[in-house]
Amino acid sequence: MMLLEMASSAFGERIAIGSRSGSGMTYQDLFERSGRASNYFRQNTLKNVSFLDTSSPALPIALFGSAWAGLPFVPLNYRLADDEIQALANGITPALTIVSKESLSVLEDSDGIQVAERNFFLSMTDEGEVPEADWNMDPDEIAILLFTSGTTGAPKAAVLRQSHLVSYILGSVEFMGAAEEEATLVSVPPYHVAGMAAMCSSVYAGRRIVQLPNFDADDWIDLVIEEQITHAMVVPTMLARIVERLEEQPTQEIMSLKALSYGGGKMPRPVIEKALELLPETNFVNAYGLTETSSTIAVLGPEDHRVAYESSDPDIRQRLASAGKPLPTLEVSIRDENGNEVEEGVSGEIWVRGEQVSGEYLGHGSRLTTDGWFPTNDGGSLDADGYLFVEGRIDDIIIRGGENISPGEIEDALLQHPNIRDAAAVGMPDTQWGEIIVALVVPSDAGVFSESEIKEFMREHLRSSRTPDKIIALDDLPYNETGKLLRRVLKEGLVNQGNSGE
Amino acid sequence: MEVRAGSRLKSAVCNTEVIAVKAPGEDMDVRCGGVPMLDPSDTAEEGDTPDASASDGTQMGKRYVDSDETIELLCTKPGDGSLGIGDALLTIKESKPLPASD
Repeated sequence: MMLLEMASSAFGERIAIGSRSGSGMTYQDLFERSGRASNYFRQNTLKNVSFLDTSSPALPIALFGSAWAGLPFVPLNYRLADDEIQALANGITPALTIVSKESLSVLEDSDGIQVAERNFFLSMTDEGEVPEADWNMDPDEIAILLFTSGTTGAPKAAVLRQSHLVSYILGSVEFMGAAEEEATLVSVPPYHVAGMAAMCSSVYAGRRIVQLPNFDADDWIDLVIEEQITHAMVVPTMLARIVERLEEQPTQEIMSLKALSYGGGKMPRPVIEKALELLPETNFVNAYGLTETSSTIAVLGPEDHRVAYESSDPDIRQRLASAGKPLPTLEVSIRDENGNEVEEGVSGEIWVRGEQVSGEYLGHGSRLTTDGWFPTNDGGSLDADGYLFVEGRIDDIIIRGGENISPGEIEDALLQHPNIRDAAAVGMPDTQWGEIIVALVVPSDAGVFSESEIKEFMREHLRSSRTPDKIIALDDLPYNETGKLLRRVLKEGLVNQGNSGE
Repeated sequence: MEVRAGSRLKSAVCNTEVIAVKAPGEDMDVRCGGVPMLDPSDTAEEGDTPDASASDGTQMGKRYVDSDETIELLCTKPGDGSLGIGDALLTIKESKPLPASD
C-alpha cells in the first residue's frame, strides 16, 4: 500500500489505469477505491481475498484493497477445470472471491467462499468513506499467494510477503520514473506473477496501465495504436503471433512502442530476431524470473539485444537466447546435484539468493537452503561474461505457451484410454509455443493405434491446451532401477531422431 | 530511537516522512533538518524549522544512505530538511533501475 500511497500523493491526478480518452481512473481515485474495498473486506471474517476473473480495474482495487485490510491476495487461474479451482479455493477459506458473471457458478456453492461479482464490487467502491491510512507496515505480512504447479501433486501456493515485493520494486523501479504520456499494455493474466509485478511497478513508476483481458494479436496491435502504448509485456507465444501479424500487415502506427518486454518461457531465437527486424526502434527486454522470486531475477536489456543482433560473432549472437545478466540486487549460482558450484560454462541447476526471493509455500515451509539459496528447478549455465542461459526445467515440467503443464496429469489421462498400457509426456522445443507436448504411449494392441482417435479422447478428458500435440507409439518406456519413468531419455531419443533427419 | 527495516519516521521541523528500507535494528540518532526525527504518532512542535546546515530538502521516492550503507531511508513525503545520522548528512543512493521489464 505504501507504493500506492506515494503515487497517489505525488501524482494523484495522473491516470493509473484505463484509457487516455478520459474514462481512466486516477491514482487518487484508485487509492480511495482501495480504501473503500478494504472496508468491505474488513466487514467480513476473511483470511484471504481471491480473484477468479480476467483483468479489469477491479484487479488493482482488489489487490491494494486487500493489502490495506492486511489480507493476502490470491489470484486464481480461471482456465482450470471447475473442480481444480474448487480444490484451490478450499485451501484458502474463509475467503471472498471477486468473480465474473461466467465464473460465478464455480465457487458460489463452495463452503467458506463468499463471491462478489466484479461490477457489484466496482460499484461498491464508487462511494463511501475512505478509511485512515491504517494498513500494517509489517514487512512479513503475506501480500500475495500464487499457486504454482509441480511435476506431480496438487499445485502449491507460493508465498510472497510485503518485504519480497517491496524489495523487488524498490530495487528495480524508479519512483515516478515514467513520463506522463507513458502507458503499459498488460496482457498477461492476473494469476501470473508478471501480472502482479506489472501492477506494482507501474503504480510506483506512475505509468498508466491498459489491460487486454483476452489476448488476440489484432486486438493487441489495435490497442497499442489507439492508446499510444509505450511499454508492453508479453509471453513468447504472444510475441510470435504479433510478429506474424506485423509481417502480414506492417504498420507504422505501432511505433509508439518504446519498450517491449517478454518472459514466462523460452523465447525462440527466430521470433526475437524477426521482432528486432520489424521493430528496430523498440527496446526489447527479456525478463527471467519465477513466481517464487517475485518475478524478475535476470534481464537481457535493449543494448544487449542490439549488440547481439548486430554481431557476427556467434558467441555474442547466442546471447539472444540468454536470459541476460542477474539483477545487481541478488546472487545467482549454478550448482551440481550435490549443491556444489560448477565452473563457468558448465550446466547445472540455477540457484538464486536475495531479498526478493521467497521460496516459501503455504503449508509446505520454505525451500531455501540454510544459507538462504533458492534452487529454482531450472537448468542453466553462466558464461564468461556473466550471461545466464536457461535450459528448461530439470524436473520434467512442460512449459507450453507460457503455461506450466504437469506431465503426470497428461499421463494419467492417457492411461484412461482403453488401448493405452503405458504413457509418458514430454516437452519438445517448438518455435511457436516454446515447447509442445509429445506423448509416447505403449498401446495394448498396436494394430488399432490411431493418433487422431487418441487426441480426440484426450480433448474430451482434459482441456485443449493440455492435449498432446503429437502421439507416438512405442513398444515400451524406459524406467530406472527404482521404477522412475525416465522422461529425459525419451526426450533425448526424440531429439536424436530429429537430428538424424527422420 | 530504535530503527529497523519497516520503521517509519517523521521530521520534527518539516514535512519529511521516511520509511527505513534497511536499518541495523538498534538505536540510531536519525535527524532531519538537524533535529531528531519522531515516531509518526508523536506531535511535532509548531513553528520549528530545519537548521540552516541541514536544509537541502528531501525528494519523494529517493533513497538516502549513510557512507557505509548500513541505513537506507526511503522518502515517502518530501520536505525542506536534510536527513542525517547525528551530524553527518545522508546522501541520495544511486538508482539502478532496470529497463522497464514489467
